[in-house]
Amino acid sequence: MRDTAVAGEAAIHLDHVSKVFGSAGGGATFRAVDDLNLDVRPGEMLALLGKTGCGKSTIFNMIAGLTAPSTGTVRVGGRDLFADFDSFRGGIAIVFQNDRLLPWRSAIRNVELGLEMLEVSAAERRTTAQLWLTKLGLGGHEHDFPHALSGGMRQRVSIARAFATNANILLCDEPFSALDESTAGKLRAEFVRLVRENGKTAVFITHSISEALEIGDRIVVLKRPAKIAYDVSFDAGTGQQERELIRSRIGDVLAV
Amino acid sequence: MSEAAPPAEPSPQANRLLAAAKRLVSSVLPFVVVILIWQFASLFFPRFLFPSLIDVFWRCIDIFSTGSMFADVWATIFRILAGLAGAFIIGAALALLMVRSRAVDKFLAPILTLFQGIPALSWVVFAIIWFHGVEFRIFFIMVMTTLPAFTFQVLGALRGMSKDLMEMVFSFRPTRLKLFRVMIAPAILPDILTAWKVNLGNASRVVVVAELVGATGGVGYELLQQQQLFDMAGALAWTLQLVFFVLIMQGALTLIENTVFRYRAVSERAI
Repeated sequence: MRDTAVAGEAAIHLDHVSKVFGSAGGGATFRAVDDLNLDVRPGEMLALLGKTGCGKSTIFNMIAGLTAPSTGTVRVGGRDLFADFDSFRGGIAIVFQNDRLLPWRSAIRNVELGLEMLEVSAAERRTTAQLWLTKLGLGGHEHDFPHALSGGMRQRVSIARAFATNANILLCDEPFSALDESTAGKLRAEFVRLVRENGKTAVFITHSISEALEIGDRIVVLKRPAKIAYDVSFDAGTGQQERELIRSRIGDVLAV
Repeated sequence: MSEAAPPAEPSPQANRLLAAAKRLVSSVLPFVVVILIWQFASLFFPRFLFPSLIDVFWRCIDIFSTGSMFADVWATIFRILAGLAGAFIIGAALALLMVRSRAVDKFLAPILTLFQGIPALSWVVFAIIWFHGVEFRIFFIMVMTTLPAFTFQVLGALRGMSKDLMEMVFSFRPTRLKLFRVMIAPAILPDILTAWKVNLGNASRVVVVAELVGATGGVGYELLQQQQLFDMAGALAWTLQLVFFVLIMQGALTLIENTVFRYRAVSERAI
């Protein structure tokens, strides 16, 4: 276990990022993120942990390019994320809290969505989508519409959709929180295996300490407004006792 | 002691046939009742008030089989479709502008609301005063009477799109065209089809009024002739042409809905 000091080029780099919501016309404002500095190394699985309303989702949206920071810069792969939005097409994939499948598309057509944006040929799209659906245990359900699938199956489709584009960076916003514990556990394990196998850099948002310990090889705990309160890295060799220490420390930080 | 055999259960096919027959009867019954009442009235009232529906039927056949008369039906259909297409295109463009800019929305919404309050007949008068060409007058009237409804319906559809799905699609950084094709068009299509269904009925009523003023052909023009001749059978036969058109179009739109929206979940319980 070591407190993290980032060295080398970061896959994701947040430099003095703040986000203030509220009116420009004099109404009340809300500071969701306050002068945040954060680096995520290539191939790292970072779990962002914090209480509800601590700004995790705002950070997530900024890294995803869906919300611009009020001040500071967000760089991905060394480039400003908001300077050339389109150049990141296919570079970042997202798994949302709910599946967000297009209801008018079948499972396979949902998985093909990102590939369509990348102008991949129809035949290649179909092959790739089929491959990922099969990997995620959805063979035979390719042509089912979302309403015909269970919650767990829909989330699998959304994971397949994220992996299909072969993006280097994977962002996940509590993707298993709406599922029952048994399904969530299986999917989580499958997800970690796929991320490691495919060498992705992943940012995983969660409010569960257990989930963060299971998924991440680094955990950043945020306090409100989103600022780093605790930053710790560990690996497969980290023993159970050390993990319990981390859990206890995180618990203390969150209790403050 | 002998046991009575249980009554035989009807086969699933027989059940389906029975259900289909029930549906058919329930949808046809109201029309049959109206037809019977009318036919009954025709026995006791003068022909110019309640003509026999057999006469009306033969007048309909006349219209179908006489080229010049059927051309009048087509002229009206073309005017309805042209007016609706014009109003839809302009309305959709206005709705897009309104959804993109609050200032445009604030400016246009009251104007469109004002337009909604203007009767179709007033637009007819304005068109006669402002324009010369008969076809353009009719087109103008059709567009102005259906434009607000189309605009507000498309605007509502655009505003009602799921923010979550929109963000999801945005996360893939689509081009504008792809965003429209994969997200916006399929999301607003159900509302657009509903808007067409509603406006089709409105337009078929307005077109007749529009054709009363200067048109030398069309269902409205023919209705005016029947009024001058006090020919109720003719008036009914011409009116039925529009009714048939609306029914056919509504049927086509429903068919499109059933095909395109088969992705929708069907609840076993109705509202």
